[in-house]
Amino acid sequence: MGQAIYALENVQQNYDGRCVLDIESLSVMQGEVLAIVGPSGAGKSTLLRLLNFLEAPFSGSLTFDGETASAEMDIEQRRRVTMVFQHPVMLKRSLDANLHFGFALRGEKLSEELRAEWLQRLGLMGLRTQAANKLSAGEMQRVALARALIVEPDVLLLDEPTANLDPANVALMEKIVREENEKNHTTIVLVTHNVFQARRLAQRTALLIDGKLIEITDTEQFFEQPETEQTAAFVRGEFIY
Amino acid sequence: MEVLFEALLDAFGLIIDLDPELRAIVGLTLRVTGIGLVLAMVLGIPIGVGLGLSKRIPAAGCVVPLIYTGMGLPPVVVGLFVYLFLSNQGPLGDFRWLFTPTAMIIAQTIIALPLVIGLTLTAIQSIDPMLPLQVRALGATRGQLAWTMLAEARLGLFAAIVAAFGSIISEVGAVMLVGGNIAGETRVLTTAIVLETRKGNISLALALGLILLGLAFLANLVMYRLQVQGASK
Ligand SMILES: Nc1ncnc2c1ncn2[C@@H]1O[C@H](COP(=O)(O)OP(=O)(O)OP(=O)(O)O)[C@@H](O)[C@H]1O
Ligand SMILES: [Mg+2]
Repeated sequence: MGQAIYALENVQQNYDGRCVLDIESLSVMQGEVLAIVGPSGAGKSTLLRLLNFLEAPFSGSLTFDGETASAEMDIEQRRRVTMVFQHPVMLKRSLDANLHFGFALRGEKLSEELRAEWLQRLGLMGLRTQAANKLSAGEMQRVALARALIVEPDVLLLDEPTANLDPANVALMEKIVREENEKNHTTIVLVTHNVFQARRLAQRTALLIDGKLIEITDTEQFFEQPETEQTAAFVRGEFIY
Repeated sequence: MEVLFEALLDAFGLIIDLDPELRAIVGLTLRVTGIGLVLAMVLGIPIGVGLGLSKRIPAAGCVVPLIYTGMGLPPVVVGLFVYLFLSNQGPLGDFRWLFTPTAMIIAQTIIALPLVIGLTLTAIQSIDPMLPLQVRALGATRGQLAWTMLAEARLGLFAAIVAAFGSIISEVGAVMLVGGNIAGETRVLTTAIVLETRKGNISLALALGLILLGLAFLANLVMYRLQVQGASK
């Protein structure tokens, strides 16, 4: 495996004096798909917010591509990472304008070919002029994926990206994620409740419980020969909270 | 009844003839109200956005009720305070602004400011609280985030502007107090209506009233159009 793009050492995050994330050590490798699974409230979304530089860790060190992440971090560095949130919110503009938004922020123009390509890929061609905030939940989720990927980030963070989708759309989203990873070597951190999805997409899988990293290993091993009893129980779907 | 009808006809005559006195009054009204509105927007919109985006509002829970109180402040009381500040003995007396359009602009800015801040704040707060984070995640700087939130709140912002415009253009007490209703200098639509009615110039008063109504209607028409457009988008 290549180099680490993220390195976390003793990273803690506190809210109102309560520690919700406590990671001794974690590396995310350049170009990998890393799945993070764990029960509700484990701190998965919190971890993604840290990886997206949306909040600073309470303590510990988080480096991105060798540079310490901080609120004053260069905007060009920050723009190398985008995220699809658990509950995507659209701008009150057309679907087209939502796709274009990342480019507008970067002072660039989205080419007509690229726009058409993404609309085609996500089966949204017929909806391009529609108000994005009036789309269905599943359509919004697809737009959210497109608007995060269209700017070609080096890292894509996905927080439950298929929670609202029917099986056909789940397959479509997974196909796109896989393609981006294979063609553009986009590093992907995927948070999911769905262990089967982790198994389908990720090279490595990590289990997070109560803010602590219980196990992180090759996906195959994670599911077939987990090291800890907790992972085994989680994989069997009988995790006791 | 017949008198009223004739007066109405005369009033239309005056409007159509573009009576010079009428023109001057309308011109000054638009100037004073326009500048007051722009000042209130320049000051009020950033404050409203700042309050709306900050998670912990400074002096917790004190600033916002203060602004809401300001939204319902009797304009004549504002006029009184501006009068006291600008009068000879007042702290700003040396500027000799009392009974000039400047004094009227100051009063109207103060009347409009809480409205603009309050309605901007409401508009910003009506945005999905999860949006700002998602906008930043797509690569927005702080400035771009604030600008995006403004754009998201655009309908509420237009409402704020129209409401502020409507309230200051139709306001009498404060402009009368600090402007003095001097012919050709500080006479605006509302103060002229009061004077002309008292003098018995019903036609002129009616003409002025119709123009005032027309301006208020125009502002609301624009607002309505934008709302319909926004809703269908
Ligand atoms: N901004 C915040 N302020 C206070 N507490 C927070 C905040 N964000 C998260 N928490 C708390 O931190 C803990 C972890 O939350 P987080 O959203 O990271 O969990 P999660 O693993 O993503 O859960 P889920 O699978 O349900 O999405 C929870 O107990 C939550 O209540
Ligand atoms: Mg979550």
